[in-house]
Amino acid sequence: MLRSNADYLTAQIAKILAYLAGIVVFLVFGFVCLEAVSALGAIGWSQFVTDDMWLPTADKFYLLSMLAATIVSTIGAIIIATPLGIGCALFSRHWATPGVAMWFRRLVELLAGIPSVVYGLWGLVVLVPLLAEFRSPGSSLLAGILVLAVMILPTVALLADTAIGAVPVTYIRGVAALGVGKFTTMMRIVLPTARAGIATGVLLATGRALGETMAVLMVCGNVIQMPFELLDPVRTLTANIALEMGYATAFHRSALFVCGLVLMLLVGALVLIAQESTVNEQTQAG
Amino acid sequence: MYYLGPDSNLLSRGWLSATLLATVAFIGASGCSSDSSSSGKLVLTGSSTIAPLVAEIARRFEAANPGVRIDVQTGGSSRGIADTASGSADIGMASRALTADESAQLNQHLIAVDGVAVLLHASNPVKSLTRADLVAIYTGTTDNWKAFGGEDRPIAVIHRADGRSEVSLLSKYLGVPASSIQADLIVGENQHALKSCAASEECIVYMSLGAAKLGAEAGVAVRMIPVDGIAPTIAAVQQREFPIVRPLNLLTKGEPKGLAADFLKYAVSAEVNDLVEAQGYVALER
Repeated sequence: MLRSNADYLTAQIAKILAYLAGIVVFLVFGFVCLEAVSALGAIGWSQFVTDDMWLPTADKFYLLSMLAATIVSTIGAIIIATPLGIGCALFSRHWATPGVAMWFRRLVELLAGIPSVVYGLWGLVVLVPLLAEFRSPGSSLLAGILVLAVMILPTVALLADTAIGAVPVTYIRGVAALGVGKFTTMMRIVLPTARAGIATGVLLATGRALGETMAVLMVCGNVIQMPFELLDPVRTLTANIALEMGYATAFHRSALFVCGLVLMLLVGALVLIAQESTVNEQTQAG
Repeated sequence: MYYLGPDSNLLSRGWLSATLLATVAFIGASGCSSDSSSSGKLVLTGSSTIAPLVAEIARRFEAANPGVRIDVQTGGSSRGIADTASGSADIGMASRALTADESAQLNQHLIAVDGVAVLLHASNPVKSLTRADLVAIYTGTTDNWKAFGGEDRPIAVIHRADGRSEVSLLSKYLGVPASSIQADLIVGENQHALKSCAASEECIVYMSLGAAKLGAEAGVAVRMIPVDGIAPTIAAVQQREFPIVRPLNLLTKGEPKGLAADFLKYAVSAEVNDLVEAQGYVALER
């Protein structure tokens, strides 16, 4: 009897905690919608895509260029970080000696723990002056992509590492018994088997890159324009909110919440895609 | 019950309660701060230029008056003005003079004076610039340092985020609307401005003279230059000879009473002169 009481209590506590976590999401979403509604109600969605510039103090609310900057910087970072991360994982699981692998993994974990503002500061005082050698002032889309790539590399590497580690050793031995070389084993057996785990890591990293604020604010230059060239300064949605929120009043403030809403929808869509792909992988595997 | 499952009644009820909770929390927070003077707590919000100085003054005031708690929050002059007018802050901080509309509802208390200095990279050979030069640089009509006796290199124009008091001060001094300024880079806080300017020899930026002086003394690769022949010194600001001089004001709604009045009296007294000077600002002549 006592035991089932304890079971019941644990279940109830877990339930309450889970609900609390869930409610927070609704709370934030509801709050952002509530704040965004006055701008959306008065000017509608259309002005956010048809105006010629973002200048809320002069009633101009064009945010597509910032949305494009957010997406392009994220895609750029993913393109750089994904092969590097998978490479790190393959190295630590299949080439490094156990001692080296352990220290290497710790190092990557450490990289994951560095606060984003430190990456931003590093970017601003090291990376940006380097890029400024090519074209002043150096703060640019490329600087943002590089800083983001370093930031999300550990997420990709650690999840790929776990996924590759979970590939049944019998597969690898079986292929080895057939006399297949290591490179072919990696490409044809290990990576395809670990694909789902690697994809999860990439999606998580994408979410982190989309939401990153401080680091991109510090290195991207924050000029509002379409990201046509790598060395052009750009402003992402997150940087826009951080840069202007302190000074925004009334309508301007509400327009910034619209930026926040767009970001939330973007991340929400990503989560849905992630869920879909995981379900598909599982049904294929099953 | 499923965790946030579609058939959970959390979905239908959560929306309403989330909004309610948010509202209650919001009202609660602002309610606490508005009638705080009786409970020995003061809330100050506003200009990030004044906040470090006021935080130092507050620390000393707290030490001299046990039981008093002073909360200093940044967010720009506009927020200081809005918060003081709405009553959610006891005292506001604004690093510019109030407009006629604003001064009709708020009282200003001058605590120090600051200049807005023009900075170049430390290795830029240009000696000084006139107002006309700055107009040409900031509106994009001249884009090479050679025109001002420098090297044959393009000019990287650093501008500040919309809504900051430096932006309105500069556009007023140059006599051009802020929307016609052509920027290569847009930065927020003073430290961000300082580091961005130090990143490339082609950069020019304008920022708080006090913060620039502290930065240059700390070894950041920037140099303040004379504007219209007036050297950027504390004395020039004190004599109001320097072209862009701004008051650092504390704001109250009506005549201050109780704790707010005591704090204001302390903040304008000679007892805080050393703190004002340590921040690189000009103390009042008392």
